[in-house]
Amino acid sequence: MPTYVRTDRCDGCGSRDKPACVYICPDDLMALDKHGSLTGHVMKAYNQEPEQCWECYACVKICPQQAVEVRHYADIVPLGAQVQPVRGAASIMWTITCHSGDVKRFEFPIRTTPEGAIEPYEGKPAADHGELADHATLSTKGTHAGDKSQFVHSA
Amino acid sequence: MANEVGQPEVVEEEVDILIIRGGMAACGAKFEIMRWAEGTDLRIKLFDKAAMDRSGAVAQGLSAINTYMGENDPADYVCYVRGDLMGIVREDLVYDVGRHVDDSVHHFEEWGLPIWKQAGDEGKKLTEGGKPVRSGRWQVMINGESYKWIVAEAAKKALGVENIQERVFIVRLVTDKSDPGRVAGAAGFSVREHKVYVYRCKCCLLAAGGAVNVFRPRSVGEGTGRAWYPVWNAGSTYAMAAECGAELMLMENRFVPARFKDGYGPVGAWFRTKTPCCSSLSVS
Repeated sequence: MPTYVRTDRCDGCGSRDKPACVYICPDDLMALDKHGSLTGHVMKAYNQEPEQCWECYACVKICPQQAVEVRHYADIVPLGAQVQPVRGAASIMWTITCHSGDVKRFEFPIRTTPEGAIEPYEGKPAADHGELADHATLSTKGTHAGDKSQFVHSA
Repeated sequence: MANEVGQPEVVEEEVDILIIRGGMAACGAKFEIMRWAEGTDLRIKLFDKAAMDRSGAVAQGLSAINTYMGENDPADYVCYVRGDLMGIVREDLVYDVGRHVDDSVHHFEEWGLPIWKQAGDEGKKLTEGGKPVRSGRWQVMINGESYKWIVAEAAKKALGVENIQERVFIVRLVTDKSDPGRVAGAAGFSVREHKVYVYRCKCCLLAAGGAVNVFRPRSVGEGTGRAWYPVWNAGSTYAMAAECGAELMLMENRFVPARFKDGYGPVGAWFRTKTPCCSSLSVS
């Protein structure tokens, strides 16, 4: 069901401000046990509330040590099976280990530009405040004018 | 430090525009608003309760790829949505989504989102006439693993990271003392630090996602309570608005995705038989 941290691989992201999994978790579940007083593992991350985990894999994918793995519900992933990704700069490789022991790998592209390369406004015209008064063409530049005669409750 | 809930540090600030949450909708708003605000001194700030690179990756913004018009007429799209939602729609708003959505999708592709193309059009962008692979009339196929990372990167650059506060959970809207019909601020707390945030604003955009677990999920056993929708989407968009006296509209619609073998969720994309952009190899 939840994610768990492999303490043999986790280094607590010691060189960073905070562990990558702690940064990314959308449910704020991942924590760092700095002194080992909570888990017995000094400077290792852990999932502090496993029953709340949605298995979104954000921590699995972001972990620089590939130290986070997932134990799934038995009704979805049979005992012994595993679904584990490794995300690179341009693609992600999923390794599916089946209950039978068979292993399959799937690779998908994730983005076509290097991370950090986006220039949101490059080559785009500045806003024309005059358009604000003309709702019919606002931001559409004439594309998709459409035929509103099909509306039932025409605004 | 435990139990010291009584005296948190209170951070107060005044801004012009407050964007509450950092999901797809808020990222889109950031990109748009900064262009319109160019040359003004408007102070614009965003609060996300988690990390923008991951949080808020469903709903309105993601729906863009489920809605891509291309050769379609947005008025046809209105007919489709009206039928799908049993007539409980604001046609003018749905129409506007249809008119504007392609522009968003073109931005996403430009920023790096891989969008599948039909044979012969590989490597050709939509704006260059590349024909997308469709899964039905409206949806286009993508490789969306880093969809939110890509959109968040553009949004962060547009607004500037100094104007983004992550891990702050806005939970209340505050109305104007002399005009109770107007929202004049918002309050929340840090989920990481012992701090309360109170922000005054001239206007705010509340985009905190939908609500999950309104109905009890059917999942049983170890998976009890499990739902397709993110469990942290607690419905605060509706709660905050309702609590400060706002009128909610079109709330009659509800959506219950069916769970079945090989998947559950609202999107049919993965139940296709062909996956042209997936290379598979078996290792024994």
